[in-house]
Amino acid sequence: MGDEHGHQHEHPDHSQLTEVQARVRALETILTEKGYVDPAALDHIVDAFQTKIGPRNGARLVARAWNDTRFKARLLANATDAANSMGFSSPVGAHLIAVENTIQTHNLVVCTLCSCYPWEVLGLPPVWYKSAPYRSRAVIEPRAVLAEFGVDLPVGTRVRVWDSTAETRFMVVPMRPSGTQGWSEERLATLVTRDSMIGTGTVNPP
Amino acid sequence: MSELAADLPGIPRDEVGPVFREPWEAQAFALTLALHRGGLFQWSEWVAMLAEEVARAQAAGDPDTGSTYYRHWLAALERMIAAKGISDAQAIQRYSDAWVHAARRTPHGSPIELLAADFQR
Repeated sequence: MGDEHGHQHEHPDHSQLTEVQARVRALETILTEKGYVDPAALDHIVDAFQTKIGPRNGARLVARAWNDTRFKARLLANATDAANSMGFSSPVGAHLIAVENTIQTHNLVVCTLCSCYPWEVLGLPPVWYKSAPYRSRAVIEPRAVLAEFGVDLPVGTRVRVWDSTAETRFMVVPMRPSGTQGWSEERLATLVTRDSMIGTGTVNPP
Repeated sequence: MSELAADLPGIPRDEVGPVFREPWEAQAFALTLALHRGGLFQWSEWVAMLAEEVARAQAAGDPDTGSTYYRHWLAALERMIAAKGISDAQAIQRYSDAWVHAARRTPHGSPIELLAADFQR
């Protein structure tokens, strides 16, 4: 249902909501105003499904990139094409860019509620991702934000923050953990978390 | 949550529970679950309302491939909200139009917020 997604269309400067997106927001607003639902409780329910939006496409992309250097080059060159070569049931929208974590550079992606969150590969956005403090602090003091998520980077590692625009959406290719030599793509994919593909987590060794 | 989903024939799911194609589907699911938890309706009432909506869509030629499931869900949720006297189709449309308006005046990348002015057009 790619037509639900603003990024499939033209790229105007303003945001867009499709009819169904607007209807869901309308219900949420009405029910919240009248006191029938608590937005925090809704977030809590949605977060329980963070890995449940289709297959874990992003994890499979990362796992294949770890095992196949040619695929990795392709992913970093054009993530939309690389993702769509996997035959996922929901096609991945345009303008997806994959950025690779290395010992020199750690990437962190920020964006807000708008449609630039690449849910086709990352799943449902985390609750904290929507908050204005996360967005502004991630830009101003990324290391402090990362520390709060339990990510302690070596002193020499540079942090690069990517802010989505009308033309770009980002996913992070995390570093492959040690102790996984010879692992299959399927097994590697089980290690890759959503947060590691946003940059607020790393992939732990098994 | 998986027990609740078990009562819903046709719901897109995996071995653990519901799966969603897009974030709005999960939002619609969460709204329904929150209302049920708040005691607004029994789950069996919801199952019946949703079944009616799906049957109505199928009678109107819906291919029922799973891709339209949450559209029926949303229609059923709107009917449930009206049936319980919380709101009506007209008000829902007014809020929905206001959200579309709010999105249009919001620069890309900023959170979309609903303001009183979005209702006054």
